[in-house]
Amino acid sequence: MNTVLFSVVIGIYGAATLLYVVYFARPAETLGKAAGRILASGFAFHCLFTVNRYLESGYTPITNPHESLSFFSLAVVGVFLAFQWKCRAVILGSFVMPVAFLILLASASFPSAVTPLSPTLKSGWLAVHAVGAFAAYATFTVAFCAGVMYLLQERYLKKKLLGVLFRRLPSLDILDDINYRCLAFGLPLLTLAIISGSLWAKSAWGAYWSWDPKETWSLVTWFVYAALLHGRLTTGWRGRRAAILAIVGFCVILFTFLGVNLLLPGHHSNR
Amino acid sequence: MNIIVVGLSHHTAPLEIREKLAFESNGIESPLRELTSLPDISEGIIVSTCNRVEVYAVTRDIAAGMARIRRFLAERRHIPFSSLEAYLYGYHGENAVRHVFRVAASLDSLVVGEPQILGQIKSAYGYAAEYGASGLVLNRLLHKAFFVAKRIRTETRIASSAVSIAFAAVELAKKIFDDLSDKTVFLVGAGEMGELAARHFITAGVRGVMVANRTFERAERLAAELDGRPVRFEDFLDHLHKADIVLSTTGAPHFIIGTKDVAEVLRRRKQRPMFFIDIAVPRDVDPAVNELENVYLYNTDDLQGVVESNLEQRRMEAEKAEEIVADEAGRFLSWLSSLEVVPTIVALRSRFEEIVRSEVERTLSAWKGISPEHERRLDAMTSAMISKLLHTPISVLKHTGQGGRIDLYLDALRSLFDLSPEMREVDEDNGGDGDG
Repeated sequence: MNTVLFSVVIGIYGAATLLYVVYFARPAETLGKAAGRILASGFAFHCLFTVNRYLESGYTPITNPHESLSFFSLAVVGVFLAFQWKCRAVILGSFVMPVAFLILLASASFPSAVTPLSPTLKSGWLAVHAVGAFAAYATFTVAFCAGVMYLLQERYLKKKLLGVLFRRLPSLDILDDINYRCLAFGLPLLTLAIISGSLWAKSAWGAYWSWDPKETWSLVTWFVYAALLHGRLTTGWRGRRAAILAIVGFCVILFTFLGVNLLLPGHHSNR
Repeated sequence: MNIIVVGLSHHTAPLEIREKLAFESNGIESPLRELTSLPDISEGIIVSTCNRVEVYAVTRDIAAGMARIRRFLAERRHIPFSSLEAYLYGYHGENAVRHVFRVAASLDSLVVGEPQILGQIKSAYGYAAEYGASGLVLNRLLHKAFFVAKRIRTETRIASSAVSIAFAAVELAKKIFDDLSDKTVFLVGAGEMGELAARHFITAGVRGVMVANRTFERAERLAAELDGRPVRFEDFLDHLHKADIVLSTTGAPHFIIGTKDVAEVLRRRKQRPMFFIDIAVPRDVDPAVNELENVYLYNTDDLQGVVESNLEQRRMEAEKAEEIVADEAGRFLSWLSSLEVVPTIVALRSRFEEIVRSEVERTLSAWKGISPEHERRLDAMTSAMISKLLHTPISVLKHTGQGGRIDLYLDALRSLFDLSPEMREVDEDNGGDGDG
């Protein structure tokens, strides 16, 4: 049942990604709408898959690479759908969907078997901590895509290269606004994930903070985004600077998520 | 049944001629009635704009119909025929259909892609329909033309790019700010070009306008006209931080806005983006300003470059549009010819039935003692024979509808079976391409 659902999700996301990429080359309203509907149906199946997995295993399904990456992809698609619905930024999908689809493919490359949970992970904190962390990562992923788009569009405007890409990309204001909204939602989520993780560590291992690599790098991530939000609110770090920081932040996340798990030993490497 | 177009436009005639020939929409009823009462002309539409005067008509005889419309135009507008003749063009058949489609889609306009022409054609058609001047063929033609115009508008980008400097500036502003409704324009120098650009921004919905000029009275006057606020020229740098879009058009011989000024202004604005449009020659704004973060500076040449590339793009899109026109013209013409095929088939069938009926009657009148049952069978047999005999010719006719030999076939059929040229009009709309 789950394998079938997962394959369905991969198929639908693949189709939707293709449509969003085609939409970039040939924007037509009907195509954009079709892509949105197909993606929404894929998202529904993906939710169903996640819930089903939860019922099957009895714990929040964010414990191994397969589950984590799948949930990551789900969250990215969810955040993007919210933006598409709210800001009509369909072209954002041409950038976000390939990323979301790649994450899902990465998830598929890991073994999907339900593994018995180690006793330390069995806790209500798992849900809060992991869901919070991945929701934050997802908003930052969207901010990353908007940042790339911003830098492209800004370059075109500065250098007066007003070609096809310039016409397709949305205005700088919209892209900067997406960046800000992602930050405004993402940073509280990340804060929640770090605090809940710390409380969980206290109950599981007896210490709030033990400077394992994941914790350290999460803190680095938090500082990058906190600095960005602070700069935005006080001295007007916006536009190009905000876009670059969103890209830097995403690189740190990638390292926190992949590098630390794969390279450095610690509490989180059992994922 | 032939569609013909006779008229003149900015391509062929100077303004003096165009204005002489123009029809007023108020009194269009009587010329329309006169047009359709001409011999050889069964339907007509008169299109009259400042760039063209054209008559679209349906006629049996192309040459005679065109000649009549030429004379009608000259006589109606009291212009000597000899002085008008040289400016008039005439199209028939496929060229006429293409011409109507191209005009409606704004491919024949002075500024290709300008949107007014479609509305003008629609109202011309509206009058013709109201006064009963247009009929089956022109109704269909015009609806198809509206459909083609719409298709070209959605499938190509013929009309989506700015072709004037002022409008290009507005388009660029929308790529920076998206929503202009909370943005302020600062017009520095009250030149004509600047005023024009400012008006474009006002039309685009900016929140406010400020005007600075060396003579403060001029600034006050223009500000009042634009519903804006005047600023003393000496103080303009102190007000710069309130502006999102700066339109600079002074006659100053050197840069009046430097990098340091703008950097300071940006700090006061908390780095909110600024768009400088420098249309002064010599330039007002130091080009190095463009290097600052969140500042975009465009001068006259930059904007001219945008306009050029937009025009280039329009030309490319026009090629795509021409393909759509050719495609749709083909479809329309095959409909038009099917209109000729159907009455021919009807006439052919009734000719066969006529012959058979008279032969059957003659036979029966001499045949004593035939039972009603046999009579019925005889009837069934003869009508089956008609159907079988006509099956192949009819299906060939129907399928040739798409090709080009149909006129040949129809002509041959008419003379071989002595079908009268006066065929009954088939008053049905066999098609439905989804146009409305």
